[in-house]
Amino acid sequence: MIVRELELDLDAFEGPFDLLLTLVLKDELDLREVDVAGIVLAFVEHLFERDQLDLEACGEFLVLISALLELKARGLFPEEAAELAELEPEAAAEELARRLAEYRRMKDAAGWLRQRLESEGDRFFRLGPAPLAPKVEVPLAPQQPEKLADVIRLLAKEPPQVSLAHMALRFPPVTQFLERFRAVLRRRHRFDFDQEVGDLSRIEQAVAFLALLDLRRSGEITIEQSAPFAPIRIARAGEENENPDERTSAWTLRSA
Amino acid sequence: MDAPLRLIASNPLDQLARTLEALLVVASAPLSVADLAEAADDDAERVEAALGLVRERYAEGRSGIVLEHVAGGWAFRSAREAAAACARLFEKPAQRNLSQAALETLAIVAYLGPCSRPDIARIRGVSADSAVANLVERGLITEAGRDDEAGGAIRYRTTPLFERVFGLESLSQLPRLDDVGASTEQIRERLHEVAEKRTA
Repeated sequence: MIVRELELDLDAFEGPFDLLLTLVLKDELDLREVDVAGIVLAFVEHLFERDQLDLEACGEFLVLISALLELKARGLFPEEAAELAELEPEAAAEELARRLAEYRRMKDAAGWLRQRLESEGDRFFRLGPAPLAPKVEVPLAPQQPEKLADVIRLLAKEPPQVSLAHMALRFPPVTQFLERFRAVLRRRHRFDFDQEVGDLSRIEQAVAFLALLDLRRSGEITIEQSAPFAPIRIARAGEENENPDERTSAWTLRSA
Repeated sequence: MDAPLRLIASNPLDQLARTLEALLVVASAPLSVADLAEAADDDAERVEAALGLVRERYAEGRSGIVLEHVAGGWAFRSAREAAAACARLFEKPAQRNLSQAALETLAIVAYLGPCSRPDIARIRGVSADSAVANLVERGLITEAGRDDEAGGAIRYRTTPLFERVFGLESLSQLPRLDDVGASTEQIRERLHEVAEKRTA
């Protein structure tokens, strides 16, 4: 059975398979119009009629039909990534021929290996794990058991108790300072933050500062600081002319 | 007192040749000249000369044992005439029933390796997973790093066992691909030829 003489009767083409191939390779027939499944059907029908499995023909057919399918796939997806997109039908045929040639070479190489296996099959040899070089003995320094005992004793000592004091740390409520600052401002128009909280603990100072920010947010006070780390001055809102500088420094404070 | 059995009488390399014989008979893999020189505590040039003597004695047809240069080293094997007897005693698991797919995959790895399963699949047109796993299990190919990009596929190369089974001194002994297969041009011409017969 000769694959290239397979007669085809498709919508786009009528005639022997090899003519179809010629027209496609010469770009005279658009492969997109060709029903590849139809070709496969024709071939299978032909096989069935002969009622005899011709492996040689099947192989040749598979190669040709997959070549066609690849060409067609490239035609149908022209926008597909770089490699395929740039291939003209001619170049695709070239690429296909290159791949077929590569596979063909490997198939021939496999054939060579098979022959080699047969010609070398009567060689028997010993097989085993990689040989091991003799182990190098590492000499140990003279041992002193007392020293070991000392080290173990050191390790056996109970570790010091871990202090949990910080776990009990209590934060004073912010409201405490809100009240306190409001009271101060009822008595005075302005005050200095550092002077007011100077003799408190760090935690209390931090909470006091939060209270300050709270008051600023609710618009009860204005805050002024001339430079980083300069004294923070607080005034009752509305009694001090709010100027842009002041607002900036307040903003800086809040975001700090 | 009996005189010691001499490999080649009165040759100054006699002693070294006997040492090499001993090393080769206990080895389970081919030994390179460097391996032999190190174990024999002698220099490589003298080892090569002494190997010549051993090789002469264990040439095919002279003994049941043959010394061969294989897989980059020297190793003893059985003489071919004893093959049938050896086959009754031992199996050859590495090369028994190698399928066509396995041989093609082996050829690709031998010629183009190190290469990955996707590389092999690209050339053969079908998945290479089972053929690769089969060859790894037989010990004919082994992993050899990964493709360059991050998370790249595992690459494979042939093992010394491959060279040994196929009786190759090294991979360079494989025939040139151009000699075993048709060129791209030839195949392309054939494609056109098949097609153009009708239109002519």
